[in-house]
Amino acid sequence: MFKKILIANRGEIACRVMKTARKMGIKTVAVYSDADRDAMHVEMADEAIHIGPPPAAQSYLVIEKIVAACKESGAEAVHPGYGFLSEREAFPVALQKAGIVFIGPNPKAIAAMGDKIESKKAAALAKVSTVPGYLGEISDAAHAVKIADEIGYPVMIKASAGGGGKGMRIAWSRDEVADGFSSSRNEAKASFGDDRMFIEKFIVNPRHIEIQLIGDKHGNIVYLGERECSIQRRNQKVIEEAPSPLLDEKTRKAMGEQAVALAKAVGYDSAGTVEFVAGQDRSFFFLEMNTRLQVEHPVTEMITGVDLVEQMIRVAAGEKLPWKQSDIKLKGWAVESRIYAEDPYRSFLPSIGRLVKYRPPVEGSADGFTVRNDTGVFEGGEISMFYDPMIAKLVTHGPTREAAIDLQSEALDAFYIDGIQHNIPFLAALMQHPRWRSGKLSTGFIAEEFPDGFASRSPAGEELMVLSAVAATIDHLNNARRREITQQMHGKPVRFAARRIVELGQVRQNVHVEGGIAGPVKVTMLDESGAGSDVLELASKWYPGDPVWSGLVRDIDVSVQVRPILNGYNLAYRGISTPARVYTEREAALAALMPVKAAADMSKYLLCPMPGLVKAVNVAEGAEVKAGDALAIVEAMKMENILRAERDGKVKKVNAKAGDSLAVDAVILEFA
Amino acid sequence: MKDVIQELERRRDEARLGGGQARIDAQHKRGKLTARERIELLMDDGSFEEFDTFVEHRCAEFGMEKQKVPGDGVVTGWGTINGRVVYVFAKDFTVFGGSLSQAHAQKIMKIQDMALKNRAPIMGLFDAGGARIQEGVDALGGYGEVFLRNVLSSGVIPQISVIMGPCAGGDVYSPAMTDFIFMVKDTSYMFVTGPDVVKTVTNETVTAEELGGARVHTTKSSIADRAYENDVEALLQMRRLMDFLPSNNMDGVPELPTHDRADRVDHSLDTLIPDNPNKPYDIKELIGKVVDEADFFEIQDTFAKNIVTGFARMEGRTVGIVANQPMVLAGVLDSDASRKAARFVRFCDCFDIPIVTFVDVPGFLPGTAQEYGGLIKHGAKLLFAYAEATVPKVTVITRKAYGGAYDVMSSKHIRGDVNYAWPTAEIAVMGAKGAAEILYRSDLADPEKIKLRIDEYQKRFANPFVAAERGYIDEVILPSGTRQRICRALNMLRNKTLENPWKKHDNIPL
Repeated sequence: MFKKILIANRGEIACRVMKTARKMGIKTVAVYSDADRDAMHVEMADEAIHIGPPPAAQSYLVIEKIVAACKESGAEAVHPGYGFLSEREAFPVALQKAGIVFIGPNPKAIAAMGDKIESKKAAALAKVSTVPGYLGEISDAAHAVKIADEIGYPVMIKASAGGGGKGMRIAWSRDEVADGFSSSRNEAKASFGDDRMFIEKFIVNPRHIEIQLIGDKHGNIVYLGERECSIQRRNQKVIEEAPSPLLDEKTRKAMGEQAVALAKAVGYDSAGTVEFVAGQDRSFFFLEMNTRLQVEHPVTEMITGVDLVEQMIRVAAGEKLPWKQSDIKLKGWAVESRIYAEDPYRSFLPSIGRLVKYRPPVEGSADGFTVRNDTGVFEGGEISMFYDPMIAKLVTHGPTREAAIDLQSEALDAFYIDGIQHNIPFLAALMQHPRWRSGKLSTGFIAEEFPDGFASRSPAGEELMVLSAVAATIDHLNNARRREITQQMHGKPVRFAARRIVELGQVRQNVHVEGGIAGPVKVTMLDESGAGSDVLELASKWYPGDPVWSGLVRDIDVSVQVRPILNGYNLAYRGISTPARVYTEREAALAALMPVKAAADMSKYLLCPMPGLVKAVNVAEGAEVKAGDALAIVEAMKMENILRAERDGKVKKVNAKAGDSLAVDAVILEFA
Repeated sequence: MKDVIQELERRRDEARLGGGQARIDAQHKRGKLTARERIELLMDDGSFEEFDTFVEHRCAEFGMEKQKVPGDGVVTGWGTINGRVVYVFAKDFTVFGGSLSQAHAQKIMKIQDMALKNRAPIMGLFDAGGARIQEGVDALGGYGEVFLRNVLSSGVIPQISVIMGPCAGGDVYSPAMTDFIFMVKDTSYMFVTGPDVVKTVTNETVTAEELGGARVHTTKSSIADRAYENDVEALLQMRRLMDFLPSNNMDGVPELPTHDRADRVDHSLDTLIPDNPNKPYDIKELIGKVVDEADFFEIQDTFAKNIVTGFARMEGRTVGIVANQPMVLAGVLDSDASRKAARFVRFCDCFDIPIVTFVDVPGFLPGTAQEYGGLIKHGAKLLFAYAEATVPKVTVITRKAYGGAYDVMSSKHIRGDVNYAWPTAEIAVMGAKGAAEILYRSDLADPEKIKLRIDEYQKRFANPFVAAERGYIDEVILPSGTRQRICRALNMLRNKTLENPWKKHDNIPL
């Protein structure tokens, strides 16, 4: 076995690999760019080597620098993680030349499967069912249109070297093919340094299901069940689970065997994933093979009990797989949420900055339930504009799908992040979504269920009761404590009415509260007439200043995030985010007399939706614009965002120019 | 006996109705509460005791003898806020527009006298039309006597004014002499002379809101310390503020029990200071992470934002926080920031509130605007305030402490009690670039050489150790342990005894 390995990656995956290496008694070497000087993976590693400036193309993507770092540190092998160099054939070749082991498949297998065009050819040869498409190289947009016409619409345009949704477009018409082809190609070039593209038929209402497999250098390959990753937003996976609610034993076996056949055909000898697109009728077509560890590998680890990284290291060192296919048994259900630095309330625009607060839920296993959080960040760390905006992967495992989802839901409620915007409210809302819970998924799920984007919802029913009760309990505790202040007048202690009115945004709930600071608090819901109905008993160790109220409500674990605002708190629970104010009856009556103020009208301004760099301002002062016209391009997180006019109008003033670095909500231009 | 009790009830009910239901409804329609409703919100349930309910004016001119309303346009009395005694007067806009008569003024004076004699805070809620013209010179006399009491109470008991409607002419000077002024957005304004007079005298056309609205006074004039959305929000925040304030200048700060541990370590503070010395960071993150429960009552949050001032607690006891804000103008000291902080420091010193100062200051702001505006004397106010203050003073230098601004920001030299520096601190006469360019003027032509000189200076002086070697810094501390250090220091300073030389009063450069 290796004594020391280098991890040619950063963020959560570098930390993930190091955890296993450490468990195996292998020393670890991290590499880092200027932007990652204080990153968690650097902190975790036994040693760390600096490899250049922040842009990946000048650091994490430079093969020579990684090889040099191996030589300098004496690392015998390299784990590439995912992304970066993980699927570059040249990388293992260069390592081999330097006498260093690549913890991944052999270069030939990467060449055969890593390239999406080549892999389709190989799959067809291995009799794996494939989607109709064009496997040659495409010269230009006109060529792309011709091919798309032949296949029939809709089609999907993809970067050959791509992954993670970058350089990918769906086109429903000739015009869209022409447009999409150019922009995809530009994105592909920028992201992967490779602008080869391909086009294939787009399957309507599809599901994304993939088979995890692992092979050794002795010709053994087993599959480790499937993962379903149908919950995607703009082709970026958001939630993954294993197993898939769609598959039956028969389909699982058929898919697994086809995947293994394909892997065998190319002499595959590490962990890899064969992705399929599946119809609702359980038909499936080969999509591509990823010759690396996938982001979502933890869900497979949870249901199989296999440490995929450990096995990758072992097979790379020449060991045989310890099991046969018949040894692989799936146990329970696992769900993973990807926590991204993006603003769900502003069409998921990227958000960067300092993690002022970062409090993940407690990890651990008990009674067949597990919470696992794979992360590469820490409180006080920085989400930088240079790399992937993923903050963490929250994984839960339980005996059933419902149990895993419930646990995920509660873990998300307890996951507290401040300083940047993040998608936890969206994920938490998703966990409650009836269609998600029913398992009737497709890759269009998010676009179909959230056509107008994401917004908080008004609490009702059980959620209203829980939030009212928690708000009332917090207020009760605060009042009780304020009564303990010194310098009070002698005599009768201050009285506080037990009847309270909880105002959650526009919703009001009358309650009756009793109980002491230490003991449980009893909150009775009151109807209009003042008569009591449901009684909730709450017990918690929450104290003012704690970011999350965690405790039992009617003996069920509940977590509610608590952010102080003037005279109240903002509460977040199951994707609901609401200001909460608790009044006495008199206060509520007087508060009701207060005028409702309209928010300032910002429709005359084009605001910068995220911190970023202005690439271009397309209009000049005095220009007439039509709704939908491109006004400016702002680049953030390596993505170009085109800002369009929401309605017709005339540009009055332009405040920004190309090259400006803007903060979120900076005024780019004003309309007349 | 029953009859007289009934008569009392009848008179009380009549008095409580102020100017009558129609005027109360009109007040509500304007988005404002009545004087008595406001007091109800301010005080603990049922704790308010009204005085002088039946006082009426004695004016017999202009037909006033036919118009009498018990209370005469102001509600006065006392009650408790979380059990602590507070005196209050609230102008009743429904009665003669809240205008001030002699009797009205006497009601306020009575409450002012009681508050001073009994050493408890006094709060004024303003919503009035100024002097009652019919009373003429009697009203002016009344104002003068109220003003005098404001002055005599200053520094003895906290005096707080909340402007919740019009406040003009003679009415403005009483709030102006109190410790803090709060306003309600859109429904309150304050000015010496109103838009009509302004138009006549200077020919300016201006609305009341533009002339003296909450926005103007919290961002431009700095007359007001904070503004709130509406009456309810403002009054509930006044309850919160009172929990921070001492009752008087003898009793010391109140204590609120907390579960926030004094030895809480926050590792995220070890990464607060960016690697790039020119990159800003938010000093409010540090404040939030150091004080109890992140509970910070900011004073003047929208004015001179390059310095942050406000109240917080450490181990349950009130402290005043003063901090340079690198996010705004790099945290530079200008005239506005100096005046803002100086007044806050003096309030804390009056009432025995320990001062915790966080320093990241690149110096004083250069320029004609500043110099013509009297930066020298404004800057001196802050220097003076810190130097004369005898309360416990704990200082933490997080990054820059350059030049004269270093001295001003509660340095050891002006009796800072415990002065800490983070390892990232740079205590120097100026930044490395500026210093090297002055010291090595002859090398200016050679960019290579001057860069070398800058690096040299940076290495030698851009750290806390030069100052620490001289004892100007008591200890260099880890950012993560800042809370623990400050808590310990404040505990150690609990019995600090320090008196300035006897004087009638000092002569701060006003």
